[in-house]
Amino acid sequence: MALLTLLNSRHPLADTAAQRATLAGLPLARTFEATVASAGYDRMRTTDIRVLQLNVGKRCNQACHHCHVDAGPDRIEVMTPEVLDACLRFLEGSAIPTVDITGGAPELHPQFRDIVRRARNAGRHVMDRCNLTITRLPNYADLPEFLAEHGVEVVASLPSFAERQTDAQRGEGVFADSIAALRRFNALGYGIEGSGLLLHLVTNPVGAFLPGPQAALEADWKRELRRRYDVTFNRLYTITNMPISRFLQFLLDTGNLQGYMDRLAAAFNPAAVEGLMCRSTLSVGWDGRLYDCDFNQMLGLGTAEDAPQMIFDLTPASVATRHIVVGPHCFGCTAGAGSSCGGATTS
Amino acid sequence: MTMETYYHPRDLARFAEMGQDAPELWQKFLEWYNAVFKEGALTEREKALIALGVAHAVQCPYCIDAYSTACLEKGSTPEQMTEAVHVAAAIRGGASLVHGVQMRDHVDKLSM
Repeated sequence: MALLTLLNSRHPLADTAAQRATLAGLPLARTFEATVASAGYDRMRTTDIRVLQLNVGKRCNQACHHCHVDAGPDRIEVMTPEVLDACLRFLEGSAIPTVDITGGAPELHPQFRDIVRRARNAGRHVMDRCNLTITRLPNYADLPEFLAEHGVEVVASLPSFAERQTDAQRGEGVFADSIAALRRFNALGYGIEGSGLLLHLVTNPVGAFLPGPQAALEADWKRELRRRYDVTFNRLYTITNMPISRFLQFLLDTGNLQGYMDRLAAAFNPAAVEGLMCRSTLSVGWDGRLYDCDFNQMLGLGTAEDAPQMIFDLTPASVATRHIVVGPHCFGCTAGAGSSCGGATTS
Repeated sequence: MTMETYYHPRDLARFAEMGQDAPELWQKFLEWYNAVFKEGALTEREKALIALGVAHAVQCPYCIDAYSTACLEKGSTPEQMTEAVHVAAAIRGGASLVHGVQMRDHVDKLSM
């Protein structure tokens, strides 16, 4: 069944202020600020910027039930050429080693390949957050070859090695297409030890519970994907579902919101704070606005007032050690083993 | 009208109240319990699946809720969890059935 985005179904949660109000209204034992303060982080600051994460738009060929971006085929927001050029000029003038391209399906951006070429020409490591099925569309069938040619690290979403769970979250037929895509990547050398082409999988729970232990799951996944489908990959990243956008809607609709937030807060792990991705990431939205992470971006929480707000205002020094904007959703990144775009933040 | 039942889901979160009048015993139980579920010769995921099966065998609704969540959070799939419940059910069913031998022996003893 096709899923309309919150925006185009005119759902109240399409308004980020409504999402923030919903989260702020939940009675939690402690605020996130008080909780991290008790762990020795009075007001969190960034350490430096090691990753420039570009969210190049909300268009996607899929409409997953848990999507924190509210992305889908009916979204039209894409990063403008002016914003994109400002991002790349900022990158080229900085020492930031990694560019993380996300969306939506970032490959749908008309200048996606230009971004990759320019970032690689500047000597930067490039990551593509790929939904896998994009490579099954006729106009994007050569995407794996392009990514391989430019040595792009592929970080691919696959919630489960079981078809039913994957399709329940990401849509009917997504699992079969994802396996076909993974085989194509493998045929090019992606995910094969020693090839230099990195293929990582991202799993997030298919429901209102925490992800499993990353290292143990990686071993299970490698065994099962090899046994069932002759597919290999490099690393498995476990990511906690964030109570934002369509996953927030799911939590509300199923009566799980309070229990889930209590679970995240109770599972606070002080050791996860050090490796929080917001401490070393700068996130840029399609319209050039700056955020501490992609989750803050989707809640409309821009960078702190004393930091630059737009990519056009930016110099590397002006954002290196800014204050980080936090909220109740941040418990998602400190629960259990911690969670980030690179998976668990503790071992 | 309030429905009176012996089991309340909220009571699972009150489990620690069992330590109020016997704190030393509760502490010993907790230490042993936590040690049991740590990774050893079996993984934490395997132990959670065993716990789920036992929860069904002893028909503890609190344990079923707790270990359904635990199994998911350790990375088990609903298919694996359902098979674990079948294992528990098969042992329970088989345990009843094997007592039929006692029944047959007794019938043989009484019968001509």
